[in-house]
Amino acid sequence: MGGLSAATGGRRSQREPSKAPYYVLLVLLAIFAIGPFVVLLFNSLKTNAEIGRNPLGPPLSPVFENFPTAWSQGGFATTMVNSAILTVGTVVGVCVIAGMAAYAMARLDLPGTDVVLLYLFVASALPFQLFLVPLFFLWSSLSLTNTLLGLIIIYWAIFSPFATLLLRSYLVALPRGFEDAARVDGATELQILLRVILPLSWPGFLTIALVSGLGAWNEYFFALTFIQDNSLKPVTTSFNAFQSNFSRDWGLTSAAGIIIILPVVALFLALQRRFISGLTAGGLKG
Amino acid sequence: MEVNEQTLRSAARPGSKDASAGRALRRRRLLSAWLFMLPLLAVNVLVILGPSVATVYYSFTEWSGIGPAEWVGLQNYTDILSDGDFWSALSHNLLWTVIFLTVPIGMGLGGAFMLSQITRFQMIFRVLFFIPYVMASVVNAAIWQNILDPDRGIGSTLALLGIPWLEGVSFFGSQALALPAVAFVDNWHWWGFVVLLFLTALQSVDKELYEAAKMDGAGRWQQFVNVTIPGIRATLVFVVLMTIIGSLLVFDYIYIITQGGPAGASEVVGTLMYKEAFARFEAGYAAALGLGMSFLSGLIVMIFIYLRRKGWEV
Repeated sequence: MGGLSAATGGRRSQREPSKAPYYVLLVLLAIFAIGPFVVLLFNSLKTNAEIGRNPLGPPLSPVFENFPTAWSQGGFATTMVNSAILTVGTVVGVCVIAGMAAYAMARLDLPGTDVVLLYLFVASALPFQLFLVPLFFLWSSLSLTNTLLGLIIIYWAIFSPFATLLLRSYLVALPRGFEDAARVDGATELQILLRVILPLSWPGFLTIALVSGLGAWNEYFFALTFIQDNSLKPVTTSFNAFQSNFSRDWGLTSAAGIIIILPVVALFLALQRRFISGLTAGGLKG
Repeated sequence: MEVNEQTLRSAARPGSKDASAGRALRRRRLLSAWLFMLPLLAVNVLVILGPSVATVYYSFTEWSGIGPAEWVGLQNYTDILSDGDFWSALSHNLLWTVIFLTVPIGMGLGGAFMLSQITRFQMIFRVLFFIPYVMASVVNAAIWQNILDPDRGIGSTLALLGIPWLEGVSFFGSQALALPAVAFVDNWHWWGFVVLLFLTALQSVDKELYEAAKMDGAGRWQQFVNVTIPGIRATLVFVVLMTIIGSLLVFDYIYIITQGGPAGASEVVGTLMYKEAFARFEAGYAAALGLGMSFLSGLIVMIFIYLRRKGWEV
């Protein structure tokens, strides 16, 4: 394109417009997006007294005490473990549930696949307002409130429809030859799924693992509703309680915030393309 | 590969000596197909479908959540229509819809258009814009509660620089500012996602259309209106639809930051429903509210599908 406009430049009175204004605006938007995280990092390194003198600027005398204090006062030794259990349980369950269902729809000639697909589209778009109230009282009567398993089952139900749809579109595109060969050799469908399909489709599984893992780690609303016991709370709900108790101590709050987002930041920067493609596909689900 | 398919086909051919083996194979496949679907359908029915159907029943009852529900017919629905809190909350949902149909979609279109025009650093901008969307809502909310703190936020920072207007302004604590301030925070985490949705759509627009428009002397704005917008219409309609439904059902940032306060100034139907169910123990009434809002968003999807069937270019 550049070569073309240079070649025709003599004849055209209009020059190729400069890209500089775009870059200026894009940098401003990037500052808008990231600036608040910089403030979070700055304030996590300040004493409460320094925040009073210098609310949002860079720390003049950085201190690291906020991190151990926030860790112990925020009960992170407990809540991190709870969040890890919720996240791992959700990821494993969603991969199993969605992997089996996607395989059945893509490969086993499931009768009525169109109806199931439509149901999954609808189910993944249903608002929580529609099922929350009876679900809560059903979970109470099954003694599943105040248990991590009860919350994990809810996450399975919420994240699986989308994961199934994404994985199915991935499996449909895979060549069938290998599984037919395995079938002729007398392998069961479960063996085919584990030994043939899984090794071929791991990028699809990685994407649904990232999306559902992120969802479980960040989830606030169902955790708030279904877990009251402090010893079972994940990082999100315990952070919010902590933050309201220490709302004037922005140093401690910021350090706690950094602790929560650090695993996500690390994983996101390592696997940004897969995150972005998986999540934008999620936005286009409904 | 071909050999294997041949083998399978001959195994399934009726009349051949392997016919019964073929039928057994097909039966086995059908059985495994449903067995493999079972976990997905089971958790879905237990968590989503079953309780959704129950919501329809409970919305016609007076129910505290514990013990038996008493059938009251349409009582909850007539109560909703005469509930001032509901109408006030619904008007906030409508204001929210207006804000989210303009600000993030405008930022998304502009951001995506600019990104599509550059090549250097495009990936870095995409990652940076996207980061707020992947961070936990509670942390995002806390960051902005800090930045917009009346004593230790942007107001006092500007005051130190000699600009005193925002000093002591409590954005989330004021009746007039609470709702727009929460909407600002929610938009901050959301707009970058919209940019990426639009950018994906933009990248499939034929580059030659831009060249042709340039040859015809179209400026940037004309290119945007005449090439970009028509090229991404399907995504635009989808985002508009998602925005309207999301605004009717909005809950998380409002509940985290203001819980609908102060004095109901940022209450929306989602937060009102939550309080009815879990603070006032009016589970039947909350079910009616939830069903009503779900019905409304379903209706909007239906209208879009209907208009599209009628051949409208939406």
